[in-house]
This record gives sequence, C-alpha cells and structure tokens, in this order.
Amino acid sequence: KFSEEFIKKQVEEFNIGKRHLANMMGEDPETFTQGDINRSIAYLFPSGLFDKKAKPLMKHPDEVFPKQRAVQWGADGRPFHFLFYTGKQSYYSLMHVSTGRWLLKEELEELLVETISEHDYARFIQLMERLLSLPYCSVEEDFVQRYRRQLEIQSSKQQVQPLQYDQHGVAYSTGDGRRKTATGTVLLRDSGSGSISINGTNYVHYFPVLQDREQLMFPLHFMEVLGRFDMQCSVSGGGHSSQAGALRLAISRAMLSFLSEGQVETMRQAGLLTPDPRIKERKKPGQEGARRKFTWKKR
Amino acid sequence: RCLSGLSKNACQSEQHLGQYYTVPPSHFHTVFPHGLPPRYQQQVKSFNEGCVMVRQPALELISHLKRADYSKPTLRYLLYGVKGSGKTMSLCHAVHYCSKQGWLVLHIPDAHLWVKNCKELLPSSYHASRFDQPIQASNWLRNFRTTNEHFLSKIKLRQRYVWTKRESTEEGRPLGELVDMGVSRVKSSSDVVGAVLKELRLQAGGTEGGFRLAVAVDGVNGLWGRTTLKKEDKSPVAPEELTLVHNLRKMINNDWCGGAVIATLSQTGSLYAPSSAYLPQELLGEEGFDSMDPFIPVPVSLYSEKEFESCYLYYLDRHWLQHPHSQTEEGKKELIFLSNRNPSVLERLCAFL
Repeated sequence: KFSEEFIKKQVEEFNIGKRHLANMMGEDPETFTQGDINRSIAYLFPSGLFDKKAKPLMKHPDEVFPKQRAVQWGADGRPFHFLFYTGKQSYYSLMHVSTGRWLLKEELEELLVETISEHDYARFIQLMERLLSLPYCSVEEDFVQRYRRQLEIQSSKQQVQPLQYDQHGVAYSTGDGRRKTATGTVLLRDSGSGSISINGTNYVHYFPVLQDREQLMFPLHFMEVLGRFDMQCSVSGGGHSSQAGALRLAISRAMLSFLSEGQVETMRQAGLLTPDPRIKERKKPGQEGARRKFTWKKR
Repeated sequence: RCLSGLSKNACQSEQHLGQYYTVPPSHFHTVFPHGLPPRYQQQVKSFNEGCVMVRQPALELISHLKRADYSKPTLRYLLYGVKGSGKTMSLCHAVHYCSKQGWLVLHIPDAHLWVKNCKELLPSSYHASRFDQPIQASNWLRNFRTTNEHFLSKIKLRQRYVWTKRESTEEGRPLGELVDMGVSRVKSSSDVVGAVLKELRLQAGGTEGGFRLAVAVDGVNGLWGRTTLKKEDKSPVAPEELTLVHNLRKMINNDWCGGAVIATLSQTGSLYAPSSAYLPQELLGEEGFDSMDPFIPVPVSLYSEKEFESCYLYYLDRHWLQHPHSQTEEGKKELIFLSNRNPSVLERLCAFL
C-alpha cells in the first residue's frame, strides 16, 4: 500500500520539518530529540481534546506507518519465493527446513548386511525421531548423523549428450520429443542460415498456421540463436498443434549440447525441457464424453 | 526507398534491384483495372500509393522483351514459383512496362475465373458443341476497353462479322465499335472476344501501323486442367468446350508474330491440383506442357536478403509496423524466421503486427 519511495519521501519531509521546528523554537536543529518535538507541538498546537491519540502528532514515519513487507514479485509478476502461493511463505519455509533425510530401507539393509522387514524399519525410524526430540540429543549427534543422508539439491538432472561432428567439421546434435501421440526428431546443425525442413518440405508450407511456427521459434528465440542453426526434422502422428509441440521439445533437447550449464537451467525453468503430460482423457460410460454428461431431462 | 522519379520503366536496370518505384495513381485505373492481387489492392488503398519492388524475374522478363526479335514467331515466357513468391506482381510489372512502351496489352487476370464458378452457361450460337460465358466475357471486354482506349479507334477490322440476322459489323470499322457491341450485347460477348483476339492476332505483326501485342495470362494452368462446370445433364465440361478458353488457346499458340506471351502458373486458384505443386510440368499437365512447349521459364524465388531488407524498411517507412519490438534487430530476425522470406506470408504477418 505504501511504496518504498513514498516512505522515503515521508522520512525526508519529517527530517526537514524537524529542522524547521527547531528553528522556530530557537533550539539547535542537530540536537533536537523526540521529546523536544512533542513539547514543541504541544506548545504550538494546544488541543482541548482528552484522547491522547487524537492530539496532533509528529513522529518518525517508521513509527507512524505500519511495517509491511517489500513487494514479493518481480516485474513480470513471478513471485520470488517458491512458497509464495501458500500465503504464509516465511512460516512454511521455516517448517520445511530439513537438513536431510533418514536412510532408506534398502540402504539400511546394505549397511547392516541383514534383511529387515517393514515393521522393523518403521520402528527404527520411530526410535530415531524420539531420540532427536529428547533434550541433550546433540551429545549423540555423531551416532544419529550416521543414519542420515543429505538431500540431493540438484534441480536439473539432464543428461546432456556431447556434440557430434560430421565430415567438414560441422557440429550437429539430435533430439526427440513427444506430445500427445505425436513424435518428432530433430537434427540441429551449427553454422547454418536458419533454414528448417520438416519431412522434406519447407516449414512455411508444412505449418501454415502462425501459432505452430511460433512454437518452433520459441526455443531458438529464447536463447537468441535464431539464425545460427539449420534443422532437419521428421514428425509423425497427432495433429498439427501436437506435432509443433513435439518438435519444440525435440529442438530444446537438441540445443542442450550447444549450451552452457546456466543456460540449461534457464531453459528448464522456462519449461522448454518438460514433456507435456496432458493426454486425451478417457471417455466414461454413462457420459457422452470425458466430462460432458448426457442432456438432463426433467421427466 | 520510393523513387518516384524512376516511373519510367525504361531506366530500370540491375542497379535498382530491391528498390521500390511508384506507379502514378493515374495509371492504376487505366493499366490495372483487373490485374492486381486483391491483397495488394488493399495495400495500395491503405498506403495511398502503389509501390512495386524491382525484382530479378521482372527485370529478366523486361530485358528479354527489349531484345526479342518481333518478326519471328512469338516467344512465350512462363513465370513459375512457390505459392506467394510474387509471380502475379512480376507479371503486373511487365504489363506496366509494356503499356508504357505503347504496346497493346491483353491482360487476363485469372484464367481460373473462366473455368469455375460460372452461373450462366449458354450454348454457343457460332459453334454447336461449345458453351458461352456471357458475364465473364462482358466483364473482360469492359476492362479491355479501359486498358487500351487509344488503340480502339486506330485498329480497323479486316473481316465482316455477322452476329444475328439483323446485326453485323462491317469491314473497316474501328475495333472500339466491336468492343462496345460486345459489352452491350451480352449474349454474343464470348464470340466478340473470339473475334477481337483473331483480329489482334492478324494485325499484330503488320508493317502498316503495326503495334506490338502483349498477352499476359495469369493462372495459365487453368486452361488445360478440368473445370467445375457441368452441363445440364450433369456431365462435366471439358475446357475445350468453352469458347473463351478455346480462343485463348489459339492466342497462346505461337503461330503469330509481333508480340509476346507472358504467363504465370498459379496453384491458388487451380482445380484438382495438390497444394505442394509449383513446377510447370505438374501444374500444366501433359497437354498444357505440350502446347506451351517451347517456352522460356522464369523462376520466381522468395525474397533474397537484400530484397527482404528493402521490404522491411519500406514497411517501417510507411509506419506499417507499429509494435516497438518489430523495429529492433531481434524483431527483424523473428520476422525472417516466421515468414521464411516468403513475400505473401510476410505481408500477412505484418498486417496485424
């Protein structure tokens, strides 16, 4: 509600006002305390009201305006914290602070070289949690740490294939993608002119719809390498939209071997590397379609 | 970019490749009453002027026309290319050049219009098994009249034509009278068209008061394919059975001299042809290819880098590209990618950018 610039402006005005007040009262502006301010205001604006809060007030803006959080989202509307949409992001992040995880049943069996049943494993975990909840558990921390593993924090576990070089030394890489019954493969060649051929024909003739061509353009445009690659694609199955989506996935996967780690991470966050899991929903009996029910007749 | 001083086509040469030249608005209605593609006409209306880009195929055509020997049988030029690469525009460019040079221009906007969507089919009076198309013929005669006003009074008929028991046109009358008669008497307009074509064919290479004849046909592959028209007993009509098509085929045969035949292939209006076909052999069919053979093929390609630059700058100049992003380098790269330098695709893209 109150933006940062507004608060800053208020602070400046308060300071200037404080100096003016000091000049008016004939006091030294540098050593003018809050108590002096209150007395000067009470002297200059005598009020016959009884309620303390109704009397004229001059305080530092930090005390007047309620403390509020800085804006939680960036210029594109995307929130900074990953738990923003829970409503209480700080509380849930506090709840979620985890130093690691307990050993899995298989890992415990490996460690002890004995077979363990599920009940045994559950009892073991129960006992370890109880141990941690007791006071003075830090004494036995070494013992407990042996049975804990760190969580793998790697967010992008992409297998990036190495670049292949054909004769003439031109680098190329392949990628394939699938979307809703359509499969596509792409052969990306470096140092090209941005020409694309799909199943032998030009992409302008294969995808007359602008939307499909924009889907093809998206990975290249995102990484700003529009005119650099030559592409040979083959696609089959599905309709034109799903073929475009499949090719887009294939292009982004093929581009991985040309890009650095940071760029791979940005691609993953942009959603270029995630295969779209949506498929046609099954038609249920008693209904006309997947969701559509038969026309309801009152009688 | 728009060099209006260069409206004289005679000055055009390879230096002007990729640059635009303006057609004076007075010429538009006389030279092109029916020739231009509809999207281009809309563009002319929006920009309030007509600018045509000078491109390689058109220049090649014009240079051939300049150097050809007109005492020999007519040369036939065929413009072919992918859909939307600018064949009709190149044809119109050549037609403008011809009309500037003082030739008589016979411009048929689209031969496909004559073989489909015809409401009235009259059996011909002249020939028993043929069919007439009065509306199309009268329309074309009207446009022909606007294009070639000054020729109509100069050319005299060499033969007497009888239309009905009471009407006939005598020898020695000006052509204009014939055309007027065709426009007013709609029933016999197809025969009038045939007569006009015959007269022009005979007189084109003549030494006394001879003129050059340019026959410009767009969508020439429509003359040899199938038609969508049906006779009254639901049997399909072959193109030979239409008077207009029959007469036009006689024009395209190179048995006359003193002119040139410029034709374009068009997949967009063609019937029963796959949309990926653009080569002459595929679109003309065997029959058409044999009758057009020998011809000079002129391929029309997509925009080159320079031409694309020029088109892009022209649109910027006219403030046609409103989005601020389209004025950056990235926007230009996006445009190149999305349209693959195809002129019509680019034009459609920019229309709502």
